[in-house]
Amino acid sequence: MLAWTWTRAAAAYPVSFTLMVGFGLMMAAVDLAVILVVFANTTALAGFTRAEVLFLYGAANIAFSVADMCVGNLDKISQHIKAGTLDTMLLKPAPAWLQAAVDRFTPSRFGRVLQSVIVLVTALAALDIPWQRAWMVPVMIATAGVIFASLWTLAGAAQFVLTDAPEVVNAFTYGSGQLTQYPFSVYGRDLVRGVTYVLPLAFVNWQPGLYVLGKDDPFGTPEALRFLGPVAALLLALLAALAWRQGIRRYRSTGS
Amino acid sequence: MIELERAGRVFKVKRTLVHAVRELSFTVAPGEFVGCLGPNGAGKSTTIKMLCGILTPTSGTVRVAGLDPSRRRTVLARRIGVVFGQRTTLWWDLPLRDSFELIRLLYKVDRRVFAERLDELVETLDLAAFLRTPVRQLSLGQRMRGDLTAALLHAPDVLVLDEPTIGLDVVSKNSIRSFLLRVNAERGTTVLLTTHDLGDVERLCRRVMLIDHGRLAFDGSLDDLMATAPDETIEEVVTRLYTRAGQ
Repeated sequence: MLAWTWTRAAAAYPVSFTLMVGFGLMMAAVDLAVILVVFANTTALAGFTRAEVLFLYGAANIAFSVADMCVGNLDKISQHIKAGTLDTMLLKPAPAWLQAAVDRFTPSRFGRVLQSVIVLVTALAALDIPWQRAWMVPVMIATAGVIFASLWTLAGAAQFVLTDAPEVVNAFTYGSGQLTQYPFSVYGRDLVRGVTYVLPLAFVNWQPGLYVLGKDDPFGTPEALRFLGPVAALLLALLAALAWRQGIRRYRSTGS
Repeated sequence: MIELERAGRVFKVKRTLVHAVRELSFTVAPGEFVGCLGPNGAGKSTTIKMLCGILTPTSGTVRVAGLDPSRRRTVLARRIGVVFGQRTTLWWDLPLRDSFELIRLLYKVDRRVFAERLDELVETLDLAAFLRTPVRQLSLGQRMRGDLTAALLHAPDVLVLDEPTIGLDVVSKNSIRSFLLRVNAERGTTVLLTTHDLGDVERLCRRVMLIDHGRLAFDGSLDDLMATAPDETIEEVVTRLYTRAGQ
C-alpha cells in the first residue's frame, strides 16, 4: 500500500522526481567533498585514515538517510496539528505515527541513500576488514537506523508541546546526522560523554565502528560498550514510543 | 452504542483552565438518530472528537461500540464512520476514485464487497460524473457526498457527523438528508450529528440533545422540545434556550 501511493506520487511527476534525486545527490556530494578536501591536506584525522573516516561516514549516513526518507516527515507534525489534518489521520484505522511518517514522499532523500551506499562500499573495499568482525557492519547500520528513527519520533512528539517552534527539534535530528559523520575523536571529551550516556549517538557508528576497525577508544571506554548498541537503540525506541503516546494523548485538536 | 459517563475535557489556555465539556452523560441506543444542538463553543465538536478518539477526555469515561475511543482508536475506526463538514478526510490531490481505493486498502475491505457498496453509494449519491476528478477540484456539495461515501464504505455501525450540511444549497441539503434517513432506516446505522441548521433537526432527528457550556441542557424528542412552548416555532424555542443559556 505504501509502495502504491509512493509510486503513484512519483509517477505523477517524473521530471520532478529525477531532478529531486539529482539534487539530493549533489547536496550529498558537497558533504563528501568536505571530507576529501581535509584528507588532501593530511593523511590522518584524529587518528583515522581516509578510508576509516569514510567508513564511519558511510555507515552513519546510510542509516540517517534511510530513516530520513522513511520517517523524516514526523518532524512536520506541527503543520498537521495547525492545519487540523492530524484529526483526519486519527480517524483512520492505522497508527497515526505511520500515517504521519509516510504522509509525503521525498525523492530528494533517495539521492542521499544512493551516495552513502557508494561511499560505504568503496570504504569497505579499501579497508579489507577481517570477516570475523564484518558481521558488526549490518548490525550497526540497523542499530543506527533505529536510533535515528527514534530521534525523529521524539522530535515529532516534542512538537505536540512546541507547536509554535517546530524548528527547535531539527537541532537533534539533523544535528545528530551531522555529528555522526566524523570520528568522535575530533570532538571534546564532555561532548562525547554526553552523546554516549545521555543521547546514545555514540552507538550509531563510533562504538561499533571501533570494533569493526579493531581500534581502541581514544577516550578509554570499556570494550563491552562496543556491543551495547542494540540495547541502547531499543531503550531509545521505547522512550520515543512512550513520548509519542503522551503527545497523542495531550493532543488538543483545533477549533470547529 | 454510545455511552458517556460524566465525561469532561479541560483545556489549558494561557494558564487558565477552560472546561469545554464538563460531566456530560448520555446514552445513544443502536439505530437511534440523534441531533446535537448548541451555540458556538458549547462543546459539541469537543464531544464529537472524544467519541472518535481524537481527543482524550480529562475526566469520566466514553464508550463507543463498547470500546474506549482514545485507547482503542484504530480498532474503533473500523466500526465508526466520521464526517467533518468543515474538513475533508479524502486525499486532496487524488481523484475521488483513488481516495476510495486507498480507503479500501486502509480498512481492509474485501474487493467484491467493496465494489458492490461503492456501486450502490455512487448511484444513490449520484457521484458517477466526478469520480475521476481530484478532490481539490470538487464543489462543496460534491465533496460532502464524497466524504459521506468514504465514511460508509466500511459499513460502520455508527455514523458521526459534525455539521454535515454546512454551506450547502437547498438541493444538496435535501439529497444528503434523505440519504442519511435511508442509511439509518435500511442499514440500522446509529447516527449522531451536530448542526446549526434547524431544518436538519426537523427532517431527521427523532431525538434532540442541546449542549451548552459543556453540559446537557435538554435531552428528549423533538416533540418534547416543542411542547415546552406550544405556540413558538422551533427557531424561537432554540433561540430562547441559547440566549438563556448564555446568561
